Amino acid sequence: VFGDNIDTDVLAPGQYMKFGIEELSRHCLESVEPRFAKEVRSGDLVVGRRNFGAGSSREQAPEALKHLGVAALIAESFAGLFYRNTINLGLPAIVCGEARRIRAGDQLRVDAGAGRIDNLSTGETLACEPIPAHLLELLADGGLLPHLEKRLAREREGR
Amino acid sequence: MTFVSTTPLPVTSAPQTLAQKILARAAGRPSVTPGEIVVCRVDLALMHDSGGPRRVKPMLERLGAKVWDPDRIVLVTDHYLPEHDDESRRILRTAREWAREAGVRRFYDGIGICHVVLPEMGHLRPGMFAVGGDSHSPTGGAFGAYMFGIGATEMLGVLVTGDIWVRVPQTLNVEWGGRLAEGTCAKDMMLALCARLGLDGAEYQALQYTGEAVSALPMQERMTLCNMAPEVGAQTGIIAADQTTLAWLESAGVAGVEASPWQGDAGAPLGAHYRFDASSLAPHVAAPHSPANAAPVERHAGQRIDIAYIGACTGAKLEDLRMAARVLKGRRAAANVRLVVAPASRRDQQIAQAEGTLGALMDGGASLLPNACGICAGYGENRLTENEVAITTTARNFKGRMGAASSRVYLASPYTVAASAVAGRICDPREML
Repeated sequence: VFGDNIDTDVLAPGQYMKFGIEELSRHCLESVEPRFAKEVRSGDLVVGRRNFGAGSSREQAPEALKHLGVAALIAESFAGLFYRNTINLGLPAIVCGEARRIRAGDQLRVDAGAGRIDNLSTGETLACEPIPAHLLELLADGGLLPHLEKRLAREREGR
Repeated sequence: MTFVSTTPLPVTSAPQTLAQKILARAAGRPSVTPGEIVVCRVDLALMHDSGGPRRVKPMLERLGAKVWDPDRIVLVTDHYLPEHDDESRRILRTAREWAREAGVRRFYDGIGICHVVLPEMGHLRPGMFAVGGDSHSPTGGAFGAYMFGIGATEMLGVLVTGDIWVRVPQTLNVEWGGRLAEGTCAKDMMLALCARLGLDGAEYQALQYTGEAVSALPMQERMTLCNMAPEVGAQTGIIAADQTTLAWLESAGVAGVEASPWQGDAGAPLGAHYRFDASSLAPHVAAPHSPANAAPVERHAGQRIDIAYIGACTGAKLEDLRMAARVLKGRRAAANVRLVVAPASRRDQQIAQAEGTLGALMDGGASLLPNACGICAGYGENRLTENEVAITTTARNFKGRMGAASSRVYLASPYTVAASAVAGRICDPREML
């Protein structure tokens, strides 16, 4: 659980941008939470407050989180460019006005399509903004690259 | 030249903003409404070495796909220059090889930062719908184009299909009345806007800059306004073309452009209208670690600095260098301050050299870095070291962006950075003009 304005420079520090995602992701968020990359586990959810992903277009920012096994991002709001990148990589980004009610360690069940989060630890249900249909389709395909792969395969068959 | 986008506009009933008109044309529609999602044909795609070929080449190969139109692609190397290690050499080699393989003829290698080179080489014009693989791509909005930043996978989508989805934004009118006073400039206008709106105040909508103070700005100053639109969370910033735009384009070899089709309609609904008075604007400084921490310079006056950096697409164009030189002429940087200048393009550096601007900076004790992104994104070897305090003409001062997490960056105008270099502490440039 993080605060407002988590930026792309702390998610994907410039110093390590020349390396591949393996090395870069080891430094994800290290300037605000040095233990993050070591302690995050597959299936974990990362929660922010306002304007998560502010700054750069570098998609290594969401890619590092995905590489570390993060299953979805939840925030009160996302920076627009970061939001597009996150969905394009097949990582769900959930806009939840009540994200501040989530505490570190809570068990959550997320339904991105319906736009709801069940907090299994507290019994609360949090309302989220539904993800637009064309982006749900991208997520279902695993991101823009596999989506394009499918589309091109269809077009080749159609010929 | 395939980049002409002056198809006559169909007559529509409801008044439309400039952003709507460009999106409607690119979507092949008579009009569009804020909030709706449309698919637009891309007139131009800008890439650099970091988010470009090194990222999209493997994905194109996986898809077995070719680019939709190599003549609509502009590739510029700027992030990993100078090549100082094996990784940067590999990244640059990939860019060069890919440009050849993909048939990209508009490839500019080592002549400056992409956002500055793009208009310099005459690739932008009013009414264009363009994307760039970099968050500061809205810089192109200064030419009356709709241009915004995207990530590498989304760029792949553009390269393969030639189109991209957009949620039609509200237009937020940022109106600057009056005239800028001595010692203030576009950078101060943007820092004041960051203070007012915060990092996300624009909610991924489109800013349109208007008013007497904007009309009076030269093109490169207008570029600074659009360049920093992402710093308040906007998708883009745009300025309607006028005589200043047309004159600049003509000097860049772009002739026969009309400004009149690409103006917003009077009475088009706006998402918001912010009014500012340029004549009462003081030089601004943004404290670490956010552009939104901006305040009049007096708030931070006296803060000791180690390095004064005049660089980046935001703050090292010819106009920026001229501002810094006006302060530095006949003065020198303080003995304990490192003054570093990285002119944004080779052309700007050559003009600065010929007219004496560069000489004033060098005589003032500046050391020169190549025409590239330099320290701004913290990629190369000239990063800020532990606990270093910098004042810079760049756009962002997030924690650790330009180097060590313990370094601290103050953002300011070229005037203020130059004056602070001389004083050895943050200082109001009006004392030196």
